[in-house]
Amino acid sequence: MSAAAHAFTDSATMLRRQLRHMLRYPTLTLTAAGVPVVFLLLFVYVLGGILGSGLGGPSGGRDTYVNYVVPGVILMTAATAAQGTAISVAMDMTEGIVARFRTMAIARVSVLTGHVLGSLTQTLLSMTIVTGVALLVGFEPTAGFAEWLGVIGLLVLIIFALTWLAVALALKARSVAAASNMLTPLMVLPMMGSGFVPTDSMPAGLQWFADYQPFTPFIETLRGLLMGTPIGNNANLALGWCALIALGGYLWAKKLYNREPTQ
Amino acid sequence: MNTDLGPPALSATAVRKAYGDHVVLNGIDLDIPAGSVFALLGPNGAGKTTMVQILSTLIRADAGEMRVAGHDVARDPDGVRAAIGVTGQFSAVDGLLTGEENLLLMADLHHLPRRERRRCATELLARFNLVDAARKPAMTYSGGMRRRLDLAMTLVGRPRVIFLDEPTTGLDPRSRRTMWEIIRTLVTDEGVTVFLTTQYLEEADRLADRIAVLHQGKLVAQGTPDDLKRQVGGGHITLRFADAHGHDSAARALDVLSRDDEALTLQIAGRGDVRSLRALLDRIDHASLAVDELQVHTPDLDDVFFALTGTPVAEQEPAR
Repeated sequence: MSAAAHAFTDSATMLRRQLRHMLRYPTLTLTAAGVPVVFLLLFVYVLGGILGSGLGGPSGGRDTYVNYVVPGVILMTAATAAQGTAISVAMDMTEGIVARFRTMAIARVSVLTGHVLGSLTQTLLSMTIVTGVALLVGFEPTAGFAEWLGVIGLLVLIIFALTWLAVALALKARSVAAASNMLTPLMVLPMMGSGFVPTDSMPAGLQWFADYQPFTPFIETLRGLLMGTPIGNNANLALGWCALIALGGYLWAKKLYNREPTQ
Repeated sequence: MNTDLGPPALSATAVRKAYGDHVVLNGIDLDIPAGSVFALLGPNGAGKTTMVQILSTLIRADAGEMRVAGHDVARDPDGVRAAIGVTGQFSAVDGLLTGEENLLLMADLHHLPRRERRRCATELLARFNLVDAARKPAMTYSGGMRRRLDLAMTLVGRPRVIFLDEPTTGLDPRSRRTMWEIIRTLVTDEGVTVFLTTQYLEEADRLADRIAVLHQGKLVAQGTPDDLKRQVGGGHITLRFADAHGHDSAARALDVLSRDDEALTLQIAGRGDVRSLRALLDRIDHASLAVDELQVHTPDLDDVFFALTGTPVAEQEPAR
C-alpha cells in the first residue's frame, strides 16, 4: 500500500476508535448540545420578549427573536464542541496509548485526523439536536433545499477549522484542565459578535471587534442561508476565515504532535 | 536460548542522551543476539526508560549508532517500528474500549486482513486469560489484567523485537509470576528477542540470558546472571538495635557495609549460610552486643550496586 493509502486507512481506523468512544460515552455529545440549548431557552424565554422588540421586526417580540438568535446558538454549539474535542485530545495525550501509536508504523497524523473527523461527526449531531429544539420553540427557517445544503457545507467547514484549532491548543496545553480553559474564550465569541444582538447596538470599540472577528461573518452567512437575510461579502469572509483557521490549526497541531515527548 | 550467529537483533554503539546539563546516557554499547532475553537493570532514574524510548524511536539520541532488527534507528525509524512491539511503563491500553476492541484496533493498525484480525484477537484473548473480560471496558480491569492486555496488544503483528519497560512494577506477586511465565514462553515458543528493563535483580535473574547494569548513564557490568551474581557475592545481613549506643558500639566492633543511624540498623556482608551466620553470632556474643533483630537478605539491586560501584542505590540518583 502506498503512504497515502496507509494514511487513509489508518485515519479511518482512528475515526472508528473515536466513534466507539462517542457511542459508549454519549455524555460528551449531550453536553456539547446541552449548553447551547440552555442558552437558547434562556435567551428566547427570559430575554427574548424584550430583545425581539428591540430588533423592530414586523411582529416583534419573542417570535422575531427566536429566528434571530438560532444561527448564533448553532455556532455556539461549534464552540462548546471544540472544547469537548480539546478535552478528549488532551486526555488521550496523557494516556500511554498515544506513546504506543508513536512506536507503530502507522501514518503519524492519523491519531489527529481520527480526532478531527470524530469531532466533526459528534458536533454535527449536537447541532442537529440544537436545531431540533429550536424548531420546537418556534424557529421558522425560510431556507429551501439548496440553502440547507449550503448550511451543512458551511457548518462542516467551520467545525473542521475550529476542531483543528482545538486539537492544536490541546496539544499545546499538555494537561486536560489547561486544554479546557484555553477553549473557553471561543465560547464567548458568538456573543461578542452578531449572534445575540446586532453589532450596531454595541459601543464603538466592541462593535469594531464584533465586526472583524470571524464569528460575525460565520453567523451572518448562516443567518442569510437560514432566514434569507442579506449575506453580502460575509460568505467570502467566512470561507477565508475557515481556510485560515483550518490551515493554521492543522500545521500547528502537526508540528506540536511531532515534537519529542519530553520527560 | 538461540545461539545462531545471525545478525544481532539489536546493537548500539556509543549512545548518548542529555537533557540540558543532565547527562542521562553517556556512551552505551549493546549487542543483543536474536532470540534472547536481555535485561537492563538499574534503579529509578538511571536512564532505563530513556534507553527504551530511544531504541523504540520515541525520542532521538544525541549521538550514537543503533540498529534494531536490521534497521537503522535514526535513518529508518518506520522500518524499526514495523519490526518492534513496545509495552511501556505506563499502561498503553485504551480504557474506553473493551479488551477485544483494543486488540482489533491494533490488528487494524497493522493492516491485517479481515479474517486474520478476528482470529488474532481471539487467540490472544485466550492466551492471556482475558476471554471472560473480553467485552468489558479496559478501564474496569485490574492492574494485572491491564498489563496482560497491554502485552497482548504488543504482540499483534508478530513483532520480532519486544521492549518491556518495567513489565512487573506495581503488580502483586502472583501477577508478577504470571507475567514472567508469559515472557519466557514468548522467547521459547516464538523466538522473539526481548529487551526488558527492571529494578529487580530477581526478575532479571529469572528471565534474562544477559543482564547489563546501568549506573549514572553508563553500563557498569554486563554478563549472564551467574556472572553478575558471582561479582555481587551473597547478599547481606541486617542487624537492628534498640538504642543508639548499642548501634554505635556494634558499628565499631563489626565489619559494616553501611549503617543507617535513623533506623538504627547495620548492613553486614554475608550469604546467610549457617557457618557465616554462626561466625557472626559468635562475634556479637563476644562483644556483648544487644541485637534486637537479625534479617538475612538474598542479593538484590542494592547489593549489585554495593558490589559494582561501592555506593548504595539511594545515593546514586536524586529522586525525580
